[in-house]
Amino acid sequence: MLQTAVPLPSPAAVPSLPVAPAPAPDTAAKITASGLDFYYGPRRVLEQITLQMRRNEVTALIGPSGCGKSTFLRTLNRMNDIVPGARVEGSVVLDGRDIYAAAVDVVDLRRRVGMVFQKSNPFPKSIFDNVAYGLRINRMTRSREDLEGRVEASLRSAALWDEVKDRLHTSALALSGGQQQRLCIARALAVEPEVLLMDEPASALDPIATQRIEELIYQLKSRYTIVIVTHNMQQAARVSDVTAFFWLGRLVETGLTTKIFTAPAQKLTEDYITGRFG
Amino acid sequence: MGRVGKKRSIDLGFRLGTGAFALVLVVIVCAIGFELTRQSMLSIEKFGFDFWRTEVWDPVAGQFGALPFIWGTLYSSLLALAIATPIALGIAVFISELCPNWLRQPLVFLTELLAAIPSIVYGLWGIFVLVPAVRAFETSMPSALRQLPMFSGPPLGVGMLAAGVILAIMVIPFTSSVAREVLKSVPAAQREGAYALGATRFEAIRAAVYFARTGIIGAVMLGFGRALGETMAVTMVIGNNPKISASLFAPQYTMAAVLANEFTEADTELYLNALIEIGLVLFVITLVVNSLSRLLIWSMARPARQDAAAVVVPAAESAA
Repeated sequence: MLQTAVPLPSPAAVPSLPVAPAPAPDTAAKITASGLDFYYGPRRVLEQITLQMRRNEVTALIGPSGCGKSTFLRTLNRMNDIVPGARVEGSVVLDGRDIYAAAVDVVDLRRRVGMVFQKSNPFPKSIFDNVAYGLRINRMTRSREDLEGRVEASLRSAALWDEVKDRLHTSALALSGGQQQRLCIARALAVEPEVLLMDEPASALDPIATQRIEELIYQLKSRYTIVIVTHNMQQAARVSDVTAFFWLGRLVETGLTTKIFTAPAQKLTEDYITGRFG
Repeated sequence: MGRVGKKRSIDLGFRLGTGAFALVLVVIVCAIGFELTRQSMLSIEKFGFDFWRTEVWDPVAGQFGALPFIWGTLYSSLLALAIATPIALGIAVFISELCPNWLRQPLVFLTELLAAIPSIVYGLWGIFVLVPAVRAFETSMPSALRQLPMFSGPPLGVGMLAAGVILAIMVIPFTSSVAREVLKSVPAAQREGAYALGATRFEAIRAAVYFARTGIIGAVMLGFGRALGETMAVTMVIGNNPKISASLFAPQYTMAAVLANEFTEADTELYLNALIEIGLVLFVITLVVNSLSRLLIWSMARPARQDAAAVVVPAAESAA
């Protein structure tokens, strides 16, 4: 089942999930952060980050521990709002609108900008109910059949359907680590996000489960804008189109992944990707 | 070698020592059960199982049945649970999820203070404040409503409702402290997972509460156990009348209260034995309630253990 060069699935292959806008690759910026500063209390954690994340591309955020890459990721769906003392300056524009503007509905924003966490965090419910959770709280389904169809489509999109279709109503906690993480991806896809944020989604997984997640990311990028934080340089090189290198709360360099990994412009970037520190 | 050997023997001694202390617990429980049975033999032999289901409590005629007391104990405890559980969970959710930081410690301190007040003080408060309030409440009720069996009876003030309310207040700190600790231990990832799917704050809290449900049931059962055995405050406000009634306003009696009230008056051997058997009944009911709650928690927690097993073997499973 291991594929390395996966043809991009045509939208028709995945039925009832609506397809992100453009049929032809649309490389316009989906999210743009400009002059972003982030504070935990008095401490500035991110400094003047300006970065574009484009549609149908995977943007990888790399850098040593504590460099602010996860914090940056969490500013993109305002997940930091729930941390006391967190404060943002600058702007993050999603589809032409600043997500930090006063009129923005955070709940709707988080539905549009899905997130997958470092450690899989299924709810202690059945597999079906995990995927249905977001559909239910957002009241996105009209009927039981509709709900079941969307759950199936989401599980298929996350390449998990065949493994769990016979035990949808058993506990999600009985799945393996890799399956749980794909379940969390399915759960995120179910609410039809436009952007998918992934915070080291494979760091707790073994190599085979990691490979499956990476294949999945590759398949999903035709439909979503994906931003992934990773500690693993090879992973960034394998899955991403664009790489952004963070260091001590600053964005040191960003560019096409092929360029960053072969001919970085900054000495610091080169030192990091060649393993001289971090 | 000598040093290692010495260390080993210290370890062994430590294990045996702490093990002995743990054993003391088992011995005490068994001894209580045994002693209660031995001291109530007279009553057990005379009434047998009828003791559990007779309503008559007549020391003069030498007729003893525990049913009114069992009824009163269970009724007052369940009433207390019904009142206390929503309030205690509300407190726990507020403190652990919604409360601003500066208010948290004072609130925790206050709920713990509530637990430290002696039972007799609650009883006094009950007599002077709660009982008149209950009386006023009953007289202000529309008479149509007072026809219902649940609200019938003269407006005495003392009775089941006063006992239930006072028990509820006494139980709240225990239930809310445990529920608060349980909620605190819910991983942040659960709440964030809900938020990331477009959950409102209420929905995210509900997800956390759902995650903590077994522990919360444990907290509620702990409160129930407390309510079953509470003596002094209940004795002072329940009215001490061994008559089974569904009415919230009727004076009734609990097992603990009858022991406290009548122990010094037991002038015959049989009377004394019957009272001790009531102690035995209370002991058995408490034991059963606690075992049932353990069983409930255990059966709900099982999937979580499968989780632990799954985390250990992900490699094997995904390779298969």
